[in-house]
Amino acid sequence: MKIPITYNLRNLMTRKLTTFLTVLGVGLVVFVFAAVLMLAEGFRKTLVSSGDPDNVIILRKGANAELNSGVSRTQANIIKALSEAAVGDDGKPMVTGETFTVNNLPKRIDNQPSNVVVRGVSPESLILRDRVKIVEGRIWRPGTSEIITGKSIAGKFIGCGLGETIKMGGREWTVVGVFDAAGSSFQSEIWGDAEQFMDAFRRSSVFSSVTMKLDDPSVFPALKEKLESDPRLTVDVKREIEFYEEQSKGLGLFIKILGITITVIFSFGAMAGAVITMYSSVASRSAEIGTLRAIGFRRKNILASFLIECLLISLFGGIIGLFFASFLQFINISTTNWATFSEVVFGFDINGGIVLGSMLFSLTMGLIGGFAPAIRASRMQVVDALRAS
Amino acid sequence: MKILKIVFKNAFRHKLRSLLTATGIAIAIIAFGLLRTVIDAYYIGIEASSDTRLITSNAVSLTFFLPISCKNKIEQIEGVSKVCQSFWFGGTYIDQKNFFAQFAVEAESFVELYPEFVLQEDQKKNFLQERNSCIVGRKLANKYGWEEGDTFRIVGTIWPGDWDFVIRGIYDGRDKATDESSMYFHWSYIDERMEQTSPGRAGRAGWFYVGLNSRDDIVRVSEEIDAMFKNSMAETKTETEKEFQQSFISMVGTVINAVRIISIVVIAIILLVLANTMIMTARERIGEYAVLKTLGFKPSHISSLIFGESLTIALFGGLLGLGLTLIIVKRFGAFLENNMGGFFPIFEISNTTLSLAILAALAVGLIAAIFPTITAVKMKISDGLRQIG
Repeated sequence: MKIPITYNLRNLMTRKLTTFLTVLGVGLVVFVFAAVLMLAEGFRKTLVSSGDPDNVIILRKGANAELNSGVSRTQANIIKALSEAAVGDDGKPMVTGETFTVNNLPKRIDNQPSNVVVRGVSPESLILRDRVKIVEGRIWRPGTSEIITGKSIAGKFIGCGLGETIKMGGREWTVVGVFDAAGSSFQSEIWGDAEQFMDAFRRSSVFSSVTMKLDDPSVFPALKEKLESDPRLTVDVKREIEFYEEQSKGLGLFIKILGITITVIFSFGAMAGAVITMYSSVASRSAEIGTLRAIGFRRKNILASFLIECLLISLFGGIIGLFFASFLQFINISTTNWATFSEVVFGFDINGGIVLGSMLFSLTMGLIGGFAPAIRASRMQVVDALRAS
Repeated sequence: MKILKIVFKNAFRHKLRSLLTATGIAIAIIAFGLLRTVIDAYYIGIEASSDTRLITSNAVSLTFFLPISCKNKIEQIEGVSKVCQSFWFGGTYIDQKNFFAQFAVEAESFVELYPEFVLQEDQKKNFLQERNSCIVGRKLANKYGWEEGDTFRIVGTIWPGDWDFVIRGIYDGRDKATDESSMYFHWSYIDERMEQTSPGRAGRAGWFYVGLNSRDDIVRVSEEIDAMFKNSMAETKTETEKEFQQSFISMVGTVINAVRIISIVVIAIILLVLANTMIMTARERIGEYAVLKTLGFKPSHISSLIFGESLTIALFGGLLGLGLTLIIVKRFGAFLENNMGGFFPIFEISNTTLSLAILAALAVGLIAAIFPTITAVKMKISDGLRQIG
């Protein structure tokens, strides 16, 4: 017969302060654990959501990022003529050559400069990426020094708000619109006419990348083969999603490794707390344990009961930690992505995997912490235990 | 003196509990020390940088080049001793995992501008004579087992092609903080091939190192340089080497702040563990405290007993942690310096970190004792004597 869980709950209630402190310790560790995973996930999601499963990005061979890639106008025209591209409502192929430059702009908060991606695009870019929507103002007019800015940076950098102007490449640019990109990394970019940027940044007719929407995504392998073996082109062809996944790898992995190492170290502290609490609980309840044994509960029942008690502590700790960690979703942070050398704004993102992982982590701490005390409790001799005051 | 004896006896009455608590504290102190040391290691680059050298780069951002023609103009400015062009090569050695910094520099002015890279005279001579030669830092050479005369190949990502290099010198740092994990080679080696294969990319510099005759000229010279290129094809931004390094660090500012916050969280976790231990201890000893009170001991005696015990455990744990931190930093530091020298040129624990760790342990010891002391002092003798276990 099992010892009822209410027995454990009431025990925990009797020592409110001790229980509370132990739960809080576990909760703090779970909080950090979840926060780190949420951060890495938020970063990954921001970048990956920039990719579209139907889109293909073409870069210069060997260049792993748009920053050091270059595709000439001649090469871009060869790609534009391909029949694999989807055709838009206006009858034009959905292919766009884009320029990618990084500009040092001062932040509003402290006037400190930071790098921002300035992407030269064409009207097709907005059709290709249907999640990009103008939320304020209007789209730029081709052939003018008009730009639109991503929602995440419009308020963050000097001159990036609607109606303001920025000086870049020796010219004044007027912000005529602010766009939303569904939380993707485009939302941390400045967009304008590619031809104008080529001129201002003296890129001499070289795009950084060419992006194409496929009419039928299943032709990707054949297209890749065809383009990469074309002697007129020296390019790498990637699915946009995979490309952005790669871009998130470096920093994402760094956050994860650093964070998990730290939390594992922290967890030893929380486990020590659990062990102490449980040992003291066992010691002060000797008489109770003796009584339980005397009225017929078996050793394994006692073992299970104490383990359950510790698991309850870690369960509460896990819930508290996750509860507070979930509020982090309202916070946005920004940092430099190594792959693009420029700032990207992202948030903490929670998902089922993180919730499950954090709870498992928490329960593991409880199980390890409660094991030795539970063994001691179950091994007590009835007579000795009863004699203890 | 008597009271000290009681404090010690009390502190180790529950050997297992005290040991666990002390271990928890030790682990937290280790985590605290390591995290702070990682941050310090990150900032070392700033300390190592000279303030008699300026760096002139493109005002747009570091990803833009400056025409080499700027060099002559900068050299004309009064107070400038030497100008050396450089750029980031960013090639791949074998595969992407083998990351180290590779800089193209104008060799002759470079060896003069950077006396902290110590080379033997004949090494210097050989390096200057051979077009495809390079010099590498001692730590980098150790990592790959390179020796003078060895050759290796780097595949360009920004500068397409296969590039073969021969090592003509292995430099040692003059100061401890000098970076020994980079590779420097001839700017002209890349530039000449570019002239043949893609002339549009020849004659470029990523930035210029500008040596000054006197430290007093810093402000004047940097203003003059920037004024000279104002409204030209390539506007410049000139800053001291220190400021230049700082801007790199501020890019990962968020990550560094996160690590700082986490190092404080770890202190909170140990506070919970020790507070828990002290509360349990005091609860068990309520009867004893009542007896002491009956015998005429004052509340101040009782509080010094509790504070003393708490501080003893905290200090014990703190010192244990500190000792282990020193060992770990030494072992781990040697590993990091040799294998990830690019990120952590020096990994050493600072005196500030040492003192902060001890202070944190003491503070935790004091705070943890507050609550149980209040309970013990306020308790009525009759209640205390009545309490069992």
